[in-house]
Amino acid sequence: MADAIEKETQTPAPFRRSREDHWLVRGGLTLATLAIIGLLIVVPVVNVFSQAFSKGLATYWHSLTGDADTRHAILLTVTVAPVAVALNLVFGVAAAWCIARFQFRGRTLLITLIDLPFSVSPVVAGLVFVLLFGAQGYFGPWLREHGYQVIFATPALVLATAFVTFPFVARELIPVLEAIGPDEELAARSLGASGWQMFWKITLPNIKWGVLYGVILCNARAMGEFGAIYVVSGRITGQTDTVPLRVEKLFQDYNTPASFALASLLTLLALVTLFVKVGIERHARPRPAKKE
Amino acid sequence: MLGKILGSLIAVYVLGSAIWLAAGGIVREKAPTELMNVACDPSRELWRDVNEKFIADYEAQTGIKLTIKMSHGGSASQARSVIDGLEADIVTLGLWSDTSAVSKRGLIDDDWVERLPHRSLPYYSTIVFVVRKGNPKNIRAWADIVQPGVEVITPNPKTSGNGKLSFLAAWGAELRRTKSEPAALAFVKEMYKHVKVMDSGARGATTTFAQRGIGHVHLTWENEAFLEVQEAGGALEIVYPSLSIRAEPPVAVVDVNARRKGTKPAADAYMKFLYTDKAQDIVAKHHYRPSDPKAFARNRQYFPGLPNENLFPITEIAPDWDTANERFFAEGGVFDQIMSRPK
Repeated sequence: MADAIEKETQTPAPFRRSREDHWLVRGGLTLATLAIIGLLIVVPVVNVFSQAFSKGLATYWHSLTGDADTRHAILLTVTVAPVAVALNLVFGVAAAWCIARFQFRGRTLLITLIDLPFSVSPVVAGLVFVLLFGAQGYFGPWLREHGYQVIFATPALVLATAFVTFPFVARELIPVLEAIGPDEELAARSLGASGWQMFWKITLPNIKWGVLYGVILCNARAMGEFGAIYVVSGRITGQTDTVPLRVEKLFQDYNTPASFALASLLTLLALVTLFVKVGIERHARPRPAKKE
Repeated sequence: MLGKILGSLIAVYVLGSAIWLAAGGIVREKAPTELMNVACDPSRELWRDVNEKFIADYEAQTGIKLTIKMSHGGSASQARSVIDGLEADIVTLGLWSDTSAVSKRGLIDDDWVERLPHRSLPYYSTIVFVVRKGNPKNIRAWADIVQPGVEVITPNPKTSGNGKLSFLAAWGAELRRTKSEPAALAFVKEMYKHVKVMDSGARGATTTFAQRGIGHVHLTWENEAFLEVQEAGGALEIVYPSLSIRAEPPVAVVDVNARRKGTKPAADAYMKFLYTDKAQDIVAKHHYRPSDPKAFARNRQYFPGLPNENLFPITEIAPDWDTANERFFAEGGVFDQIMSRPK
């Protein structure tokens, strides 16, 4: 406790110290925050786990592994999310570099477009893909003739997930790249490094924590995606159901223990992600060094 | 070194996943032993049972082991998915007009209604009330659901067969009582003022009512009502109004898809199986009313209320299901007018 206060006093000036406020204000705000966090976050999370284990560990394990459709849903989620993240990693790094390093016409427009998936409802995102690749859509009939199906099959899951998680990596990297500045890269170029050498030896090492941070946020969102997937998947049990869809389906089938078991798995993945994120955060956003 | 190994492992994993997922889009010439049944929301338990029996039966007869994939959702949105390219071999939707919408897009041959007995209806059903234990709001008849303070749960008619049928049942009941369309309109308008949550499908509405505990009366399929009450373990009960609609959820083979996939014979056999005594008994056990009168008589105990003669046909409201759908639920139709002018 004393340690914490010690650190607190070292924070730079713009923040008012908490002790300056009346204790009622401090106490009231703290209580309100704790109550809200408790009610909205802690209770539901604890409830997910208690419901999941309500019928014992054996039932829990059986719910997760005993049903072929559930196994398939898990397999689908642990493949779709990484692939969507990988796509966003490539596009995100490219876009962020482009935006941070160059001034060009339409730069602001590009930034806005990158942010678009944040503001568009996932359901709309899903419908867009149905319009593009559905049997009544623009590319759907042509693809179908050539023996390929996007909507209501696994490719649509990747596309929809990649779309809704698109901003995470790019958004995370733009400020990092801007903060680092182009000096080191220019130096590398002037010393004769090729573009690739510069990217692998200078740019990437500088931004790697930011990249990792973006990837983790992106992954957390990708695994939990429901709305867009619901629209593009066709909800075929054992074929295009991802974990979130499967959770809903089990819940509606009155199979509450299995539904919560699967939900707890998803929550667990989110919690792990969160801990990794906290670990990385320190590296990703270096704060001014503190005196020991 | 460790980082490199880890990095390449992740790369291989992601690449492998990507290839697997991309390959999922290739339309393979599968052995024609896999059927996909795109069904409406509340029929999950029914199809689970029927499929099990049919697969065994079909294997015994032909030696072919089928697999049947299911997709469930709101009836209209399921129809939309099939139109948009969901590879259904069979559609078993909640509402006549949804199946006929798929047919109008050329996916089901025009003669589908006559291809199977009883106008492609292996079973029919109706809309009943589910209330909380002891019926605290004393809901007995249609007029009771618009009493002050009564909250109604029923799904959205735009997306759900259950939603449409609830609307039509309320309309028809009032129409028969008053013989006046303006009175029916006023009644339905009043009813939607009492609707608290409008889910997109029947099962969602059930969850809202039974598990989230919202509302006093739930208008739902007869079969869904029985399942709901049974799952609630004594907390809910069914109330039969004295009059309700004859709900007609047809079944049809999606000819274009089935022909392309080579599954037509199996799909046809699947549909014919629904009319066998064995299947009709399963249907009755799930509280869908079997179309075969003998099967209905045999299973009378599953339908304690609303004798068949108290189910009014759609023709009492509109010339047929398609016209009813057009008039009440199309863009700018009666339902839209009701919802756009809240008074």
